[in-house]
Amino acid sequence: MQQEISGSAVISLLVDNESGALARIVELFSGRGYNIQSLTVAPVDENQATSRVNVVTTGTPSAIRQIRAQIARVVPVSRVVDLTAEGPYVAREMALVKVVSSGEPRTEALRIAQAFRARAVDTTASSFVFELTGSTEKLDSFIELMRPLGLAEVSRTGVASICRGPQTIQSI
Amino acid sequence: MTLKTASAPSDARNTPALSGAEVLMRALAEEGVEVIFGYPGGAVLPIYDALFKQKQIRHVLVRHEQAAVHAAEAYARSTGKVGVVLVTSGPGATNAVTGLLDAMMDSIPLVCLSGQVPTSLIGNDAFQEADTTGITRPVTKYNYLVRKPEDLAPTVHEAFAIARSGRPGPVLIDLPKNITVGDAPYVGAKDITPRTERTQTKPDRDTVARAVKAMKNAKRPLFYTGGGIINSGPQASEALRKLVKMTGFPITSTLMGLGAYPGTDSQFLGMLGMHGTYEANLATHDCDVLIALGSRFDDRVTGRVDAFSPTSFKIHADIDPAQINKIIHVDEAIIGDVGETIAMMIEEWEKEPAYNHQKELAAWWHQIDAWRALDCLRFTQDQAPDAVIKPQQAIRRIYELARETGRDTYVSTEVGQHQMWAAQFFRFDHPNRWLTSGGLGTMGYGLPAAVGAQIAHPDALVMDIAGEASTLMNIQELGTIAQYRLPVKIFIINNHYMGMVRQWQELLHGSRYSESYSDALPDFVKLAESFHATGMRVTQLSQLDDTIRKALAHDGPVIVDICVAEGENCFPMIPSGAAHNEMILGPEQAESGAKITKEGQMLV
Repeated sequence: MQQEISGSAVISLLVDNESGALARIVELFSGRGYNIQSLTVAPVDENQATSRVNVVTTGTPSAIRQIRAQIARVVPVSRVVDLTAEGPYVAREMALVKVVSSGEPRTEALRIAQAFRARAVDTTASSFVFELTGSTEKLDSFIELMRPLGLAEVSRTGVASICRGPQTIQSI
Repeated sequence: MTLKTASAPSDARNTPALSGAEVLMRALAEEGVEVIFGYPGGAVLPIYDALFKQKQIRHVLVRHEQAAVHAAEAYARSTGKVGVVLVTSGPGATNAVTGLLDAMMDSIPLVCLSGQVPTSLIGNDAFQEADTTGITRPVTKYNYLVRKPEDLAPTVHEAFAIARSGRPGPVLIDLPKNITVGDAPYVGAKDITPRTERTQTKPDRDTVARAVKAMKNAKRPLFYTGGGIINSGPQASEALRKLVKMTGFPITSTLMGLGAYPGTDSQFLGMLGMHGTYEANLATHDCDVLIALGSRFDDRVTGRVDAFSPTSFKIHADIDPAQINKIIHVDEAIIGDVGETIAMMIEEWEKEPAYNHQKELAAWWHQIDAWRALDCLRFTQDQAPDAVIKPQQAIRRIYELARETGRDTYVSTEVGQHQMWAAQFFRFDHPNRWLTSGGLGTMGYGLPAAVGAQIAHPDALVMDIAGEASTLMNIQELGTIAQYRLPVKIFIINNHYMGMVRQWQELLHGSRYSESYSDALPDFVKLAESFHATGMRVTQLSQLDDTIRKALAHDGPVIVDICVAEGENCFPMIPSGAAHNEMILGPEQAESGAKITKEGQMLV
């Protein structure tokens, strides 16, 4: 059999919003040696009865298929979709980035923030907290640029994702 | 789960108030529960009180919670029903963990009820508190902590539905004491919609048709069947027999699948895998179409994955989509109940009964017969009356003499060499008669399993083929056997070693028998007597048959301590990480085996 190439995948799932549901998903990943790069979870229906979990994971295509099948076995999970395999999708995350600096680095940080359309949500004489939304790559490069300019702290949400077009996680 | 009608709980309000424990009893009765295996304790006292006040459900008091789970597993495996376990909080629940994982690995439907401290104390490190749902999450198919009285009855019903649906498995319900003491509404099983409906049981017709087409084109086919067929029910075993007969194909089985196809039939090649037969493993390696039915390509079956059945077209039928392509990439995957799949295969096969490769199939059988001629399980027993008994001789005679009784026989085993020999020598005619710990390999399984099987089948002959090391792991169950007067026959194949450990140490660790010798063993005859059973001992060949006959005829529990040769190894053996055609054979077959392998490679 030829060697499969390992890649990144965005898996979205709907799960009954009950105690321990997230632990079931997370323990499945750790117990079976799968990797979690990022994880987001929040209730998404009007009754707060269903949560959507978005997991970014890595593995060969067959490993990803196995992850999907294993998640589908979890009783409170009603839907699992590998968005990466199903066609175009949007994946976004948000970061709060604290930069502590003064003088030229401070001005430079503000200039780059404007170029990235990051918002300064907190400003003091010696610091900024920038809020930035976008793809993981965009956030990564923003943070890299901030590093020499006094980057002090980063808080990221992890990826929220949805498929493009009229299709939904239920209809795929 | 969801309630179907809004009226259900209000109906319950019209009936006299029931305590949670009484609701539990009623729900269990509605689910058809007849027996519970359990052990009381503080957190489950209200449940034991409710048990005391009713007559429908019988409780079997074990001597350790692990044994309760194994007994329930054997009860479930031998009846096709869901096994039920009741344990207290904290240590009661943690003691059950090994059994739950055992059931998980072997797909045994169980519901385990565990007590818990009152909800107000959860998280306070209360006496006998454990995070039971946290601890048991990875060892159960699903688990619950019941926090609200109105959830109790629906939870019990859903737990049973989940345990028995799809790929069966253990479900745990953690019951805080205030829930079982306080009032709770009753809801019937029909009034809830359990979350099991996503399980696809009906196989896809087109996929089955494609699989059958591949079977029609096969020149060297092989059925490889597993425990899924047993789980699917007796109709699956019936259908399998029909399919195998109508195709004329050879069939091999996993450890868990033994009995699904009659072991005495000429088309049966014996078990495959690490200690499988020569013919089964070489057939697996050389076949051109492999039809896996209700089996999961366990590493004990496949050996080296990249050398597993390298040239075959693989068909895999399983109810659990997660088993498909997990270990071995297959060419045709059929998701669904394996019994329905086999029935559909029969229909498709009959649509065009002609099979155009009879000549090639005959050549394949000729090849298989050549492998069979090696007689891979043959051993030489010194026939002198005072000769030391070989363990193989003991197990083969137990099988043959038990068969002579003509009684319906259930066999449990512990784990190790004796288990593999039993799997090799016992030929089962029917499913559900073979009770063994396959996936987890739990030493100490056999004795409590014999308890569960005898409770389920009071008139049957129930035997535990045991090793002296394994059986000591749950020896306290002799108390249960005594209390319920269970006429279980325990045959201890006593070689003073953890035999399989010793064998691996001999083959892989330069015969350095590190900690595998059982020093200071008890006197098993006196041990039996102290537990109100009959003890017998055999030390030489001349006593063997008579003692086995006497034990089988005795109307009561018997321990037979069969002192056997200490240094025997279980062959054939595929060392882990080796391919099926790299088997180690017994001393008697080694030379001719090497020759036949080469001939075989030229032939096929």
